[in-house]
Amino acid sequence: MTAHGQQSVARRVLPLLSLLVCVALWHFASSRHMNLGLVTFQNVPQPLEVVHAAWDLLQSPKLQNHLGSSLSRVAFGFLIAALVGVSLGLVIGRFRWVRETLMPPLEVARPIPAVAWIPLSILMFPSSEGSMIFITFIGALFPILLNTIHGVHGVDPRLIASARSLGTRRWAVFARVILPAAAPSVLTGLSIGMGTCWFCLVTAEMISGQYGIGYYTWESYTVQNYANIIVGMLLIGMLGMGSSALLHRIGHALMPWYSPGGRS
Amino acid sequence: MNAILSLSELAPAAASTGRLDIDRVSIDLGAGADRFTALQDVSVHIRPGEFVCLLGPSGCGKSTLLGALAGHLTPSRGSLLLDGQPIGCPDPERGLVFQHHTLFPWLSVRDNVAYGLRMRGVGRAERHRQAMTWLKEVGLEGFEHHYPSALSGGMQQRVEIARVLINQPRVLLMDEPFGALDALTRLKMQELLLALWTKRRMTVVFVTHDIDEALFMADRILVMSARPGRVIEEIRVPAGRPRTAEWLTGATFVDYKRHCLALLRDPEVTVPLARLSPLSSARVADTDAAYPD
Repeated sequence: MTAHGQQSVARRVLPLLSLLVCVALWHFASSRHMNLGLVTFQNVPQPLEVVHAAWDLLQSPKLQNHLGSSLSRVAFGFLIAALVGVSLGLVIGRFRWVRETLMPPLEVARPIPAVAWIPLSILMFPSSEGSMIFITFIGALFPILLNTIHGVHGVDPRLIASARSLGTRRWAVFARVILPAAAPSVLTGLSIGMGTCWFCLVTAEMISGQYGIGYYTWESYTVQNYANIIVGMLLIGMLGMGSSALLHRIGHALMPWYSPGGRS
Repeated sequence: MNAILSLSELAPAAASTGRLDIDRVSIDLGAGADRFTALQDVSVHIRPGEFVCLLGPSGCGKSTLLGALAGHLTPSRGSLLLDGQPIGCPDPERGLVFQHHTLFPWLSVRDNVAYGLRMRGVGRAERHRQAMTWLKEVGLEGFEHHYPSALSGGMQQRVEIARVLINQPRVLLMDEPFGALDALTRLKMQELLLALWTKRRMTVVFVTHDIDEALFMADRILVMSARPGRVIEEIRVPAGRPRTAEWLTGATFVDYKRHCLALLRDPEVTVPLARLSPLSSARVADTDAAYPD
């Protein structure tokens, strides 16, 4: 076998191996009910129990409800945040007076973690569905907004000057030049926003949900069904990973000229 | 020399449009306490089809003047006229080329070149046809589907020139367009630009700080000085067209180069060119005869 072939095999085997080692360590610690003083594995379910619990959930009609609720909340919250964040970011980045008008309230709101909005959003929205979507929206909004502004600031003024000299009208510059030029930065914002979206959703569901993966995880704790906690956690991880990968794919398809980290 | 120039494909009827009148133009830049005069009381009259270089150190206001001609800056005082009409908003009739990185990275080479036509509402098939013609003209056939980032610096500037010339501008404004290229590529690009200019005869205003480049390209060089930016001397280049390596290595060239260098380094004490090189005035007259207005 060539050195190159060995390398590519190693590259494929290594991630699998690393996952296997994690599961093995988990199995070792939980089956022996290890107590390390600071942290204890006495109540941690074993991998096999988790697999059984996952299998049960797969058979159950509730899975569809849980997944559907979480996915639609993330989808709504994220899409609204993307729409608001990108359009606000474009005008804030381009016009000084918009920036000076809108940035002070936004700067005050930005450091408030989305989780801290939960009590107020329960009071503000008559339906718990609305309040949860609002929380995911808040979580995703700021990374998207700030990265869009950053992207607009990074557009070379000479690129805009060239476009104007080639006959681009004043407002067409947004669609023709600024948005595509800022697109890589916007995509970064969207990826970060997608991550915070899931984080905020799960927290919101733990507090005010009926159905949803976060709700499922927290409910499993309250009814002492410990294996299900880990099933819920793994589901959240996989959904987050999947949506990030989807976003990456879409970004790549829309920006074939762009390769992160260097010239294409 | 005259035999070559009289070939019709090289020199069609002399340009009738593209006359620039820069009349007592001053431009202040910055705001509040940072406000300064970037350009002071500049008057220049450029014939249709003339190739003029603005030569000067950085900060002498040559790019500022170019920006005003393009319509991106408004003069604080004075007037700018193109063929008798005041210059307003940016317009494709005054094509602008920068040093680098102003192609649209998200458009293919062909779509970059066709961009101006698209803005004018020209149909796709016609856009593509014209873009291909221009890509051929600048020697980039076969690269139409590449993205700009896949091209070398010299090739990118070829695309840039095609993208501007496809709009058939009356004036071509260039801001150190070859400044980022290596010496050999720069020479090739200079020759390409001169060939295109000979064929189409648009007015060219070319900003550079490279004396060799100015002497090789221009009919007339306007030497500028900084703080405040102003024109300190006007030099008619006493060489015929097409320019050859002979001109680049001749004694007159060296005299002129030495003079420009002295002007740039020490504008206050430089002796006027006529006294430095008494032969030159005769050649200037000769050149003028070859290029009637």
